[in-house]
Amino acid sequence: MNKTPDSDYAIEVTDLCAHYGTRQILFDVNLNVHQGEIMVIMGGSGSGKSTLLRHLLALNIPTSGQIKLLGKDITKISDKEMFKLRKDMGVAFQGGALFGSMTVGENVILPLREHTALDENTMRIMCRMKMEVVDLADFEDLMPSELSGGMIKRAALARAIIMDPKLLFFDEPSAGLDPVAAVELDELILRLRQAMNMTIVVVTHELESAFKIADRITVLDKGRTLITDTVENVRNADNPRIQSLLHRLPRDDAIDADEYLARLTSM
Amino acid sequence: MSSLTNNSATRMVENLGRKAVATVEEIGYIFSMLVESFYWMLFGKKNQQPVRLRSVFAEAMAIGIHAIPIITIVCLAIGVMMAIQGIETLKTFGAESKVIVGIAISVTREFAPLIVSILIAGRSGSAITARLGTMLESQEIDALRVIGINPVRYLVAPLLLAMMISIPALTILGDFMGLLGGALYSASELNITIAVYMERSAAVLSWDDIRQGLIKSVVFAAIIVLVAVSNGFQVKGGAEGVGRATTRSVVLSLTFIVLADMIFTFFLNR
Repeated sequence: MNKTPDSDYAIEVTDLCAHYGTRQILFDVNLNVHQGEIMVIMGGSGSGKSTLLRHLLALNIPTSGQIKLLGKDITKISDKEMFKLRKDMGVAFQGGALFGSMTVGENVILPLREHTALDENTMRIMCRMKMEVVDLADFEDLMPSELSGGMIKRAALARAIIMDPKLLFFDEPSAGLDPVAAVELDELILRLRQAMNMTIVVVTHELESAFKIADRITVLDKGRTLITDTVENVRNADNPRIQSLLHRLPRDDAIDADEYLARLTSM
Repeated sequence: MSSLTNNSATRMVENLGRKAVATVEEIGYIFSMLVESFYWMLFGKKNQQPVRLRSVFAEAMAIGIHAIPIITIVCLAIGVMMAIQGIETLKTFGAESKVIVGIAISVTREFAPLIVSILIAGRSGSAITARLGTMLESQEIDALRVIGINPVRYLVAPLLLAMMISIPALTILGDFMGLLGGALYSASELNITIAVYMERSAAVLSWDDIRQGLIKSVVFAAIIVLVAVSNGFQVKGGAEGVGRATTRSVVLSLTFIVLADMIFTFFLNR
């Protein structure tokens, strides 16, 4: 393991603020993820969890704050160092984001082809190994458009782990899947951690899936962290927002009559 | 963006200002894309991110080889039309045979590069915008970035190189087809053979005429790719956004091509 000397955190987010245009999305978010831990980021729609993920992937530049991945501050490092760090990161996007112009196999091989000088046969064998891991053996010659939703997610996962990354990010693994496929994917994530000892960050709004796979859960609401704790403690938290999320209750924010009227009549 | 004022006159000035800023921003974006593409072509290998010849050839195949039939037909037709109109006009002076000079020069200097670029802008420019826009919407561009593949290096540089090879090559084809079209019609009108017509055209043409056309075609190639790419990368709003960007890309690149043509013709003929 490539442990950093000063901490055993794989991911450290400190006072992260982010804006889209003039609208602030994240407010002083703090988050630490241990090496080898599965951290689930939960929250409703518009809670900022996707934005947080985009910042962790260095796809967006934060307004302020610090994000350390494997001990390196990605808001400060050079392009070259970032390029190197990317080889230790795997990402499975919500819709898979497989390249439509390539076969599934070519999609999975792509990172190897770009980052290594391995010969074709070795790359093919490594690709098949990962395809076996995600139960997609014999599907490598199909085009992404010929796969089902669950298979696309698994193929995206195969591409994410082809370089044996130290960090794995997974956006909404169970969204859009039937319950069985979703459970299978959860099992797969657990198996991966066991086999490869990766640090895994999963963004989801599915409670069941989150409780099943998480070591710790962090709950975001309106761009702020409500809690970051073990599954048990999150379950027992008495914060009303967390409870409403856990028990699927509608938000019953008190309405300020004057503000409501002003909103309706403003030009 | 909400308006800062309610007065209609000041609002107009404000909108004008905002549009101007947006335009300058877009032109800057286009140029940065050009510079970045050349950077990757030159230094990609050193940074372990080479521009792959294989993808350049694949793009050149789609842009160039597959466009041969349509370029052939259209340039041939243009040649025939120019011959018809040329002979009709020159008849009044009894100088029909001079049509050879007119066609030779206008095809090589103007029409071949212009027609080829217009066809490619419609055929490939739109496809590039739609493809990149769709990739952006389905997070494929994000996927490239997180894998550590620079999208400009991987997608734009090969396109630019392929286009800058394909369009001049197609322009030479267009030159030849335009002349052939002129020959097909004029041969019977002027009572000469096609071979003689082509020989006389070759005698009239200087290297400079061909070169003028080729220089323009390289510039048009860059315009098509950069406009298509910058529109594709700025797609917002799903399928409708992709459609809007595609239309905008074709209209803008056609406009830029014709304007650039005018400027080039002015300076190259001084």
